Amino acid sequence: MSLLSNTSVLLGKELRTEFRSRELLTTTVVFILMIVVLFSFTFDPTREESRRFGPGLLWLAFLFAASLMLQPGFLREQTNDTLSALRLSVSDPFAIFLSKLCANTLFLLITELLMLPIFGVLYNVPLLAVVPQLALVLFLGSLGLSVTGTTLSAISAQARMRELLLPLLLLPLLTPLLIASTEATAALFAENPVLRWDWLAFLIAFDIIFLTAVWLFGEYLLEE
Amino acid sequence: MTPAETRRTSLRLENIDKRYGGLYALRRVSLEIAAGQCVALAGRNGSGKTTLLRIAARLVRPSAGKLTFSPAVTEPAPTARNTGFVAHATMVYDELTAEENLLLFARLLEIPEPAKRVEALLHEVGLFERRDSLVRTFSRGMRQRVAIARALLHEPSVLLLDEPATGLDPQGVNWLAETVQRLRKAGSTILMSLHGESEISALATRAIRLDAGTVVADTQNGASLRSILTFADA
Repeated sequence: MSLLSNTSVLLGKELRTEFRSRELLTTTVVFILMIVVLFSFTFDPTREESRRFGPGLLWLAFLFAASLMLQPGFLREQTNDTLSALRLSVSDPFAIFLSKLCANTLFLLITELLMLPIFGVLYNVPLLAVVPQLALVLFLGSLGLSVTGTTLSAISAQARMRELLLPLLLLPLLTPLLIASTEATAALFAENPVLRWDWLAFLIAFDIIFLTAVWLFGEYLLEE
Repeated sequence: MTPAETRRTSLRLENIDKRYGGLYALRRVSLEIAAGQCVALAGRNGSGKTTLLRIAARLVRPSAGKLTFSPAVTEPAPTARNTGFVAHATMVYDELTAEENLLLFARLLEIPEPAKRVEALLHEVGLFERRDSLVRTFSRGMRQRVAIARALLHEPSVLLLDEPATGLDPQGVNWLAETVQRLRKAGSTILMSLHGESEISALATRAIRLDAGTVVADTQNGASLRSILTFADA
């Protein structure tokens, strides 16, 4: 119970600080909106082209959003050494990681939900018919992005050249996840949309493996 | 009865080494700090005081040696949660108010009736009127008061203070001295790094001087104790 109560208290803090400053959400939404709009006007894709290239573009935008969004997670805790205060206060250090993971996933999902209707209109992709399936793919993909990104953010926050380190570590690790997410999304954007369970199973496995690894070794990530 | 009275804790550091690359921050430090003792750590900048305190807080893992607490504290109150730590950094969130900061840590520490405890502490540190102000609007001294309040939330049985008077005005130093005195009487074990003599150092029952990561003096004798704190030859 302590893990859950500690996590919910810390998640409340994460949400309060973000919604008070709106630093991450504003920057990220504006950034990926620019990507989607610029690509739309540059290539002026037909519906068929959007179906082929849209999923890749979408996940690339989400990847950029995640790398912008995930970096400050643990960096903020370095400013006043609040991470040490948290480590002295929680009953299970995994709560610190879990709260950041939940917050990052939530922020990423909010960004994606704000972006999707604009993407649908600009790229002429009908999304309404596949909303529940797409939500599932987005959730699993975003969870994977957040688990990996939050873990690496904890590692890179204590390193020199931290701003450079996170994308360097993140991109190779996320390649399989991005392929699976893009393929699953492409199947939903097709003329006859289908939910590809093979790619979904891959996403679920990716999320579980990374979550378990962090649960087992997360305490060491937070040490100085 | 305060939590400190119910959980008197002693510390034992055995042959502690801490290396950062090839540099020794601490070298073969062995200390036994009895429950209820108030120990002042002295030494020049870079002598290893902060590292020693962070190891005692279990925030830093020693490169070699062993740190033990006695009695061994078990769940649901793991050792770290019996420790109050005031560090160089304030360890509070600039984007939260004083009250939000203290409530956050009170809830994490699962203190019964957290709102009451926080209100009492805000009165104690003289920040009740400013409880709704963001910490980033505070002066250094006010931030230090919040930092000290955070460390005292759970009346810890081990209190670690790293130059706790930083930024405090004379009234603040007096209040801190009274608080340390009260906690000492209640049975808390206190380890504090200090520079020179003050109302706070006067409370020390033992002084240890570190030099280049090693213990070079350790005394419980009143006159020697003062000389250790003022860097005079004992």
